[in-house]
Amino acid sequence: MYRIISKTELAEYTVQFDIEAPEVAKKARPGQFVVVRIDEKGERIPLTIADTDTGKGTVTIVVQSVGKTTGQLCSMEAGGTIRDFAGPLGNPTEMVENSTVVCIGGGLGIAPVYPIAKELKSRGNRVLSIMGARSEPFLFWEDRMRKASDEVYIATDDGSKGKKGFVTDALLDIINSGVKVDRVIAIGPTIMMKNVAKTTKPYNIKTIVSLNPIMVDGTGMCGSCRVTVGGKMKFSCVDGPEFDGHEVDFDELMARQKFYRTEEKDAMDKYTHEGGECKCLPTRS
Amino acid sequence: MPADEVIDRRKHVPVREQEPSERVGNFDEVSYGYNEEEAMKEAKRCLNCKTPLCIDGCPVGVDIPKFVTEIAKGEFDEAIKTIKDKNNLPAICGRVCPQESQCEKLCTLGMKWKPLFIGKLERFAADHEKSDVKPELPEWNGKKVAVVGSGPAGLTAAADLAKMGYKVVIFEALHTPGGVLIYGIPEFRLPKSIVEKEVEYVKSLGVEIRLNEIVGRTITIDEMFGQGFSAVFIGSGAGLPSFMRIPGENLNGVYSANEYLTRVNLMKAYQFPEFDTPVKKSKNIAVIGGGNVAMDAARTAKRMGADHVYLIYRRGEEEMPARREETEHAKEEGIEFKLLMNPTRIIGDDNGWVKGIECIHMRLCEPDESGRCRPEPVQGSEEILDVDTVVVAIGTSPNPLIVKTTPGLETSKDGTLVVDGYTFMTSREGVFAGGDIVSGAATVISAMGQAKEAAVAIDEYIKSKE
Repeated sequence: MYRIISKTELAEYTVQFDIEAPEVAKKARPGQFVVVRIDEKGERIPLTIADTDTGKGTVTIVVQSVGKTTGQLCSMEAGGTIRDFAGPLGNPTEMVENSTVVCIGGGLGIAPVYPIAKELKSRGNRVLSIMGARSEPFLFWEDRMRKASDEVYIATDDGSKGKKGFVTDALLDIINSGVKVDRVIAIGPTIMMKNVAKTTKPYNIKTIVSLNPIMVDGTGMCGSCRVTVGGKMKFSCVDGPEFDGHEVDFDELMARQKFYRTEEKDAMDKYTHEGGECKCLPTRS
Repeated sequence: MPADEVIDRRKHVPVREQEPSERVGNFDEVSYGYNEEEAMKEAKRCLNCKTPLCIDGCPVGVDIPKFVTEIAKGEFDEAIKTIKDKNNLPAICGRVCPQESQCEKLCTLGMKWKPLFIGKLERFAADHEKSDVKPELPEWNGKKVAVVGSGPAGLTAAADLAKMGYKVVIFEALHTPGGVLIYGIPEFRLPKSIVEKEVEYVKSLGVEIRLNEIVGRTITIDEMFGQGFSAVFIGSGAGLPSFMRIPGENLNGVYSANEYLTRVNLMKAYQFPEFDTPVKKSKNIAVIGGGNVAMDAARTAKRMGADHVYLIYRRGEEEMPARREETEHAKEEGIEFKLLMNPTRIIGDDNGWVKGIECIHMRLCEPDESGRCRPEPVQGSEEILDVDTVVVAIGTSPNPLIVKTTPGLETSKDGTLVVDGYTFMTSREGVFAGGDIVSGAATVISAMGQAKEAAVAIDEYIKSKE
């Protein structure tokens, strides 16, 4: 059992948990994830590690309520326990030195991109961060991102904060301003990562994306998370989760993410019907 | 035994089973096993050969004539003690061992008639055990051994080392111990309560099992030595699924057998939405492969309610590596065997869902180095089967994570660990390995056999260091 030490409502439908998991905290590197199972009947879901505190032995995860399991998780409180919390899994982010790196976090993607930006900056890189969301109430961790970056740009779909538009617009502004960008790291919805990769391709800027396909075990055993990268079959859990965005077949990934749409809806209906508490973000697609 | 009881050695005592029409509607165990009377009757068929060959056929060397005689006399507690002297997991082995190619193959009765049903007797003895009598354990010898993985190899090595006086810690990546016994082999062939009971037995020997710890990530082999472990046994199996590398394998509706079975067995998807993990309810499903895993997947699909379950195998039924009992059960349950056929591509609809699988007919030619006939495609014989799900069960290979995170571990080109043939020590001193990580995907019992030998070698190695 893994104890929830603290819970913070970060933004609309978005909750931060600090979970007591000293073994994971000790080993976690930016870019890695954990597999979480809430209870005996729960499914295993991958969640990217957003921060760690080795002194307290805690791991920070940020969860957005989008379905049954995440909805159930978001309704849990400090002092409660999570049945399983396995990790750290996946490969850590490849670190660079003496570079200018643009770190893009879209929506929930702000959480996993934060430790990467922090690590890059601590290694002396110039970090330009772009935070994107559909509107202001969905933004979180601006203070953290400012500390972890040399400059922060904000873009919202409706213009309620920062520049009106997508993260790709902010990215183009940076590129067009003449800054020599060595690398882009983008984490967010798959469509956003696809568009970032499309944006940087003509400029030949190395672009790393962190993929979030459906997983079961997260250790390389089931192959559910297979993605096509550079024409080859890769398992996101053990070969990734980060890949060269210019090589990823995003359309295939987006199709695969819909594998259990029907079942997800059934699970959700049953959960809410039985009085399960869930303020879930309506899916947009 | 009553004086007038006549033993007919020619015929074995049949094992009662759930009717096929009934069992395809549930996940309960197919075979009911023997009751006391049936077990004693079957046991009495044993000829008690002067030189019993059956023991040679057992990878862990169970004293078969002794336990069979004990059953015949009704001394069931003695029988299980005899078995557990060599085999730590008898309730499992009695169910999933390929006895027909091991102990029962060498049974003298089998030369003329049906061999003794040794597996069913082993299962009886194990199931009959009322209370787990903990064997007397030696005092802790002050040494610790780490075991990677809680499948058949890991549990066996851990139990044997605990019996020798070691403190053993098993590191398991998943949330439930048992490895392939839990995620792979279905409930109807090996009830999970049986695995739990056997795991409890291993724990009763003082073995600690740490769940959710991924060796290579949560802790490395080198860190284990730093934490005072004198030796490490790697029994992490062959968990990485192979795919066919044909077009369409990433369409929605295509599973590896590992994923399909893990969803249903470990995550209990057959009880969705009571349990949260879903699996597709297929109408028509194709399972590719001819091994036990393919049979498990096909029979699982039938129980999940599929109308048609096709089992596609590129050779003939004779060449199938699956146990005969499994292929027979599969056929009884209505699995449709598509033999001498090989998939060439999976066809998808506009939304990325499987709608068919194209296969080419094969013919057998001269035997290859393995003694089996090499199949060759018959040009222009392609055929399309309408299916909405495909399960690929063509094998697995070792997960490369441990090798990647442990400097100096030598591997063969198929990713298995290279070990000394006698000691099962890897190229790293103090690091031993056994089971599928060494031999590639094989059987539960062969993994256990290797683990037993490795446990002896680990004991010798640690003593030699003192």
